[in-house]
Amino acid sequence: MRIHIDEDKCVGGGQCVLAAPEVFDQRDEDGIVILLQDAPSSDLAAQVHEAALLCPALAIVVEE
Amino acid sequence: MTIDQVVVVGVSAAGLTAAETLRRGGYAGRLMLVDGDTRPPYDRPPLSKQLLRGEWAEEKLTLRPPAALEGLDADWRLGVRAEHLDLESREIGLSDGSRVGFDGLVIATGVRPRTLPFADGRRGVHVLRSVEDALALQREMVPGAAVVIVGAGFLGTEAAAVASVLGCRVTVIDPLDLPLERQLGRRIGTRVAQLHRAHGVQLLGGSGVTDIRETDGRVRALVLQDGREIAADVVLIAIGAEPVTDWLSGSGLVLENGVHCDEFCQAAPGIVAAGDVASWQHPILGRLRLEHRMNATEQGMAAARTLLGERIPFSPVPYFWSDQYDVRIQVYGRPTAADFTAVEGAFDDGPFAAVQRDESGRITAVAGWNMPRRLRELRQELVNQQAA
Repeated sequence: MRIHIDEDKCVGGGQCVLAAPEVFDQRDEDGIVILLQDAPSSDLAAQVHEAALLCPALAIVVEE
Repeated sequence: MTIDQVVVVGVSAAGLTAAETLRRGGYAGRLMLVDGDTRPPYDRPPLSKQLLRGEWAEEKLTLRPPAALEGLDADWRLGVRAEHLDLESREIGLSDGSRVGFDGLVIATGVRPRTLPFADGRRGVHVLRSVEDALALQREMVPGAAVVIVGAGFLGTEAAAVASVLGCRVTVIDPLDLPLERQLGRRIGTRVAQLHRAHGVQLLGGSGVTDIRETDGRVRALVLQDGREIAADVVLIAIGAEPVTDWLSGSGLVLENGVHCDEFCQAAPGIVAAGDVASWQHPILGRLRLEHRMNATEQGMAAARTLLGERIPFSPVPYFWSDQYDVRIQVYGRPTAADFTAVEGAFDDGPFAAVQRDESGRITAVAGWNMPRRLRELRQELVNQQAA
């Protein structure tokens, strides 16, 4: 699993951090997503997919 | 009850998410996706932001790449509207004259903008809901144009910010004194007014529009209650929206400010609703109908799970945001027009985070002004207090 993020689209909603806190964080100043790991282990797959689904800006793409 | 003939009416964020959730949940039956729009599903928040500013091409709004849409293995009926629902025979009448049967139905027809009847049909008068709307408005927002926006809610104030950045002369008219006052109260409204004035936007609070002046079918001015005329090259009507439920009238479904659903987003056995059109019983917050992007996704998932036979009450923490100039306003919970109280920063300058509380002191809404991380912590407090 590989994660790509589009900072340009990110709206800083923080939904990804709520869904998968081990994988996503937010910058202090503008809340834009920070990817903590771009190839997380498979036990985080469900959380990561949830995060991608919930992102209100479609800024997260998960590649299997 | 097992289902094997699902129809989704309205394939924007909510309907599409419902379709995806059905497939991911193992639904292998027939799936028909009906939408009056001929475009593949697209995202709406950028319509009043990046698309209106001309920063993004419309392709960037596409909700899913073509391969993902094909992967749904669905029967797409784009450019076709649902016109009628027959609960007895469990059939839907479509605008192409066909009738389709279903045993599972997702209603996600969204909302349509309210208009001012006296302004309808005049050139230069716009609403903003679709890609076409946004592109038509953008073409007329040329530098120096007098842009008059009726309604100082989120859509109106976002469009005002864009018009101002594009070099238009912008006026915003609203019956209330302050922009976003109805949504976020007077303290935040005061700050929003300050922000727009600093960018040269003229705010006419406490004013209602009663008529239009035209020349050869094109708007020339709007007339206020007190008789004043406000010159306008371009007008945006941003006075809210109403659920698209006319096709359901007489069907037997309860229609009261949207499609009336229970806590599982179910309107009738085998019939669910999601997104802007759905009014449902939130287990904690009571009856809600939310026109929020985030809710479209969450409720699309919840409604689909109900169709799949799960019984999980839909109990989200509402979330929305607004981008205006270099400010991002973010809100969790269910704000009212009551005043917020700042818990970090101050209302009159710089970033701030603020809360609304109920009579017993529990946090019911949190709002942030360029303060995303702090807001996430406050959201957690809101959740903890709701659960307590």
